[in-house]
Amino acid sequence: MVKKHRSLLWLALTLITAAIVGCRPSQHLQESQILRLATTTSTENSGLLNAILPQFEFITGATVEVVAVGTGQALALGKAGDADVLLVHAPEQEREFVAAGHGTARYSIMYNDFIIVGPRDDPANIRHLSLATDAMTIIASTKSPWASRGDDSGTYVKEKTLWRAAGLYPTSSESWYHSIGQGMGATLNYANETDAYTLTDRGTYLSQSEHLPFLNLMVGGLSIKDNSDPTLYNPYGIIPVHSKKHNRIKHQLALQFVEWLTSAETREHINSYGVEEFGQQLFYTHRQSQ
Amino acid sequence: MQILIEALEDSLQLMLDLDPTVLVPVMLTLRVTLSSLAVSTMIGLPIGVSLGMAVKIPARGLLLAALYTGMGLPPVVVGLIIFLMLSRSGPLGYLSWLFTPTAMILAQTVIALPLIVGLTMAAVRNSHPELQPQLRALGATRWQTIITVISETRFGLLAAIAAAYGRIVAEVGAVMLVGGNIEMKTRVLTTAIVLETRKGAFALALALGLILLTMTFIANIALLRFGNWNEQRR
Repeated sequence: MVKKHRSLLWLALTLITAAIVGCRPSQHLQESQILRLATTTSTENSGLLNAILPQFEFITGATVEVVAVGTGQALALGKAGDADVLLVHAPEQEREFVAAGHGTARYSIMYNDFIIVGPRDDPANIRHLSLATDAMTIIASTKSPWASRGDDSGTYVKEKTLWRAAGLYPTSSESWYHSIGQGMGATLNYANETDAYTLTDRGTYLSQSEHLPFLNLMVGGLSIKDNSDPTLYNPYGIIPVHSKKHNRIKHQLALQFVEWLTSAETREHINSYGVEEFGQQLFYTHRQSQ
Repeated sequence: MQILIEALEDSLQLMLDLDPTVLVPVMLTLRVTLSSLAVSTMIGLPIGVSLGMAVKIPARGLLLAALYTGMGLPPVVVGLIIFLMLSRSGPLGYLSWLFTPTAMILAQTVIALPLIVGLTMAAVRNSHPELQPQLRALGATRWQTIITVISETRFGLLAAIAAAYGRIVAEVGAVMLVGGNIEMKTRVLTTAIVLETRKGAFALALALGLILLTMTFIANIALLRFGNWNEQRR
């Protein structure tokens, strides 16, 4: 009987300890400041952030928490005061966000480009077409499978713009149009598995291409310099969230982050990212911050 | 707080309108959940009953350990393994099941099966240890014995099915991986809730959440009533 009670006591002690340890904020987080960066899956999936952020953390002693979501949700996080700074790629929505007073300003930081990828045997025969809208018109008319992000991300916003420019408004009621509502990585996997075409940013595609044996590049050229369609231009902006509406926003740290990101040294770092690993530059910074 | 109240109002409206963005995931959730529940019950119940009735089980300790591990199987790991099996580069790629409701039913069945086997076995084992010898003494045939044991433990069996239902109807990781969350095709309530929350469409997400809760509630009431009804008739 005594033995049984003792083991119960041990169980209770273990549970209480676990609860206390689990709920207590860790030492490290208490000491340093945390900057929460809401960004798109493309900057995260491409590995860029992991490559450059440690330097900022080293200089400032702050910790950067990256929340990688679609641009739509990143803006929603900023609006709700759940992020301090945003790195996103839907210029139209970014300007609205700043105009509505949710962010203090939008700084152009870097750009890359979108490309269309598709099944190796290219059933719609769009390979080497130079304009995305031409390719998408043919994909729609031949009813070739198309995988859409369908998630309010910057890439999805771009996709909708391109369909509209082609005078088309496809929806999921069409059997060839698959709206999968997931991130870029998941969408590329889906296209790879089901022989579908999709619109992707070049960075994510290149960083995943070794796992995408059934996909080939269709429209956009072998590098950003070979991309002859100006509508596929993909600019990234950085927006510090306004601290007026939410008193817990770390605005000073966010400004420090912008300053660091646009510094000559970091620009150099961004420009050289990917050259070694993927044989080409993934992101291009603007000459000076605007 | 404001956002929660607004979301609640909008969600009621969406449900009353029978909006297709709500209706289609509801129907698919029902289809996937009920199919996988049926398959896992058909396979799991006989196994659980025979394990529960068996006098001696070879390698009992190992079997039970495997079973209890299975009952706590992380659904997302099940999803991952089934994804790899069904992928075009995987051994079952030729079936072309990936990103179809069939793949989701397969994953849910694998998740529900150990739960049904384990709980059925426990229910049979824990009810009337003297029942089987008594029945045999009364001259019951093997099948008569089995049927009597099942009918005597029906509450335990219903509880097993209800637990499995609760687990798979709420599952999100595995169905996201193997179903792909494709609108109108493989988007179920749980994956739709994840997507709508990510998009910041909280009203729609909450509406879907309320429907999911209601579905679980109704199903459990139905299961309980079924048990009681038999009880009263006896």
